[in-house]
Amino acid sequence: MTDTWIILGATSGMARAFIRDMAEEGHGLILCGRKQEVMEEIANDCRARGAGFVDLMPIDMRDPDSFAPIVEKASGLSGMTNVAVFTGTMPPQDQIDANPALIDGTIADSFTGPARFLTLIAPQLEQRGGGSIVGITSVAGDRGRLGNYVYGAAKGGFATYLSGLRNKLGRAGVHVMTVKPGPVDTPMTWDLGKQPFMTTPEAVSADIRRGLKRRRNVIYTAKIWALIMLVIRMIPEPIFKKMSF
Amino acid sequence: MRWKTDSYAGWGRALRATGDLARPDRRADLDSAIAPAIGKRRSYGDAALNDGGRAIDMTRLDSILSFDEDTGLLEIEAGMQLGDIVRVFSPRGWLPPVLPGTGFATVGGAIGMDVHGKNHHNAGSFGQHVTRIRLLQGDQRRTITPRNRALWQATLGGLGQTGIILSATIQMKRCAGPVMTVTERRAEGWDEHIAMLDASTASYCVGWIDATATGQALGRGIVEEAEPARGLIPRRGAPKAVPLDAPHFALSAPIVKAFNALYYRRVPDHGRTVVRSMPDFFFPLDKIHDWNRLYGKRGFHQFQCVVPLGEKDRLRDMLDLIAGSGLASPLAVLKRMGAGRAGYLSFPMEGYTLAVDFPARAEAPDLIATLEQMTVAAGGRLYLAKDALATGERIKAMYPDWPKWRDAVNAADPDHLLETDMTRRLTLRSPA
Repeated sequence: MTDTWIILGATSGMARAFIRDMAEEGHGLILCGRKQEVMEEIANDCRARGAGFVDLMPIDMRDPDSFAPIVEKASGLSGMTNVAVFTGTMPPQDQIDANPALIDGTIADSFTGPARFLTLIAPQLEQRGGGSIVGITSVAGDRGRLGNYVYGAAKGGFATYLSGLRNKLGRAGVHVMTVKPGPVDTPMTWDLGKQPFMTTPEAVSADIRRGLKRRRNVIYTAKIWALIMLVIRMIPEPIFKKMSF
Repeated sequence: MRWKTDSYAGWGRALRATGDLARPDRRADLDSAIAPAIGKRRSYGDAALNDGGRAIDMTRLDSILSFDEDTGLLEIEAGMQLGDIVRVFSPRGWLPPVLPGTGFATVGGAIGMDVHGKNHHNAGSFGQHVTRIRLLQGDQRRTITPRNRALWQATLGGLGQTGIILSATIQMKRCAGPVMTVTERRAEGWDEHIAMLDASTASYCVGWIDATATGQALGRGIVEEAEPARGLIPRRGAPKAVPLDAPHFALSAPIVKAFNALYYRRVPDHGRTVVRSMPDFFFPLDKIHDWNRLYGKRGFHQFQCVVPLGEKDRLRDMLDLIAGSGLASPLAVLKRMGAGRAGYLSFPMEGYTLAVDFPARAEAPDLIATLEQMTVAAGGRLYLAKDALATGERIKAMYPDWPKWRDAVNAADPDHLLETDMTRRLTLRSPA
């Protein structure tokens, strides 16, 4: 029986390798995103790689009306339903400072949109008594810092939501995994200069799959970030507030 | 496209470039061919470098466009790595007809260098199995096939100078199964080594050569013959990476000599037959990511030449010189090639090819220059995918079709937007 993966943010640079790996494992894919043309390219590639089936659904994290058709589509499928959330936007902090209205969209893309979607689909997974939810948050969500704290707040909010969802759905046998990537070599980071401990979409996918197999709750990718963030979280606030990195 | 300034190198790391790089993530991001396209930079020298200029990294344009299960025609984007094609299609009974020694090579690179593999003697070069190419010339997209004669032959093995290769259709080959049965035998010296390569009837055949052995043992090595087969894929350990540049003595003469002696004895006296996964057989070194760092900061050069069948004694002289130099590294390959080649600047010719790595020490360029002279004297040629040191004069003398290539390329890219450090160093696009 084919399992299905619903991918939110299917055109994101971070999702590319995970989508391909799921296709090569023969899973069915429901790719959800905004750029129809790019999604067609991805769908074609996934079919050639051996995906059980590939469906495309438009979604906009800022438009919750686009969620219901996807949830409905999933309800008609046999096998386990799984969801991976790759959505998120990171406007530079100085642009946000100049235009606070950007905050709403940033929060919707990384937090409230995904949270509403997952809340809508969670009963289905609960009912089937299985399946996995993978939420991509960020190391930026572990502590607010000078450079990107609105993005960080959105990711941090989503991480807290996932922790609660795990608490709830874990009882029904549904696996909820929080993935916290450090910098990943995608278009988002291409011209940001040298990034510390940068990883690749391929390595992120490998880490996610390993985490799924071991039913991990929270993973960092690259792994070194677990250690780095442990240290960063332990810095006392009076000192942290004077730091800039 | 978003550009950033960065420094990058060829695989040998002896030659570097600094310039603006863009890496389109989606097809629509690439609008015009205003700079040379580069892939995973597995060419050793400067073929993928454009110092002071721009280059477009194609590695994220790596989708499968279509595959016909009946005919085996596969259309893929230029940035797709050959190892990925093997991973996806070999379990389904299909294999790229030609595979070079690294699975990280991209389709675009395999075309631009018209690469060959361990089956060259019967399958020919990579370009001979390409049926269609999509090129971006300026802001025009066009499809070319062998019917485009001059443009086609200038594109296959053409160093990416006729346009940016967007995608290609290749004729895949059926394979019996997802593993390889590999027979390994020791060759005790040069004559035996050559005789074994000559006598082989296997689909895939290559010799590893101990380039440090001298005297009676000169030319000793291990001949590998292989066929695709059914079976269970042996488990492969997770790839390891070389985390930092090794110190310069890591590949010093006594260490290499000792390593080679052990490596030679790895195969028992009477030979053996083993089952290997496809990646282990085709891409043995890909298991060690960034193995080029073993050569330290200075990097290394690979010398690869081919000489006609009748000139094998000259090849022996070259090996003699290499073995006596104390510069050779463990990576040395001897192979009998067929005549198959697809383009004007394609490397293969019927004969024997020898490839040896040298750390980029002060003595290396002189040794390589001598080897180049000996290659010319033997009527052979150098492989541009490996070259970092030759002169234009020498290369042009080795490639009689060079003027045809130059004319076709200069017509296809009249503004010289696609020139690389290699085409400039070798003055390949100049009148003479």
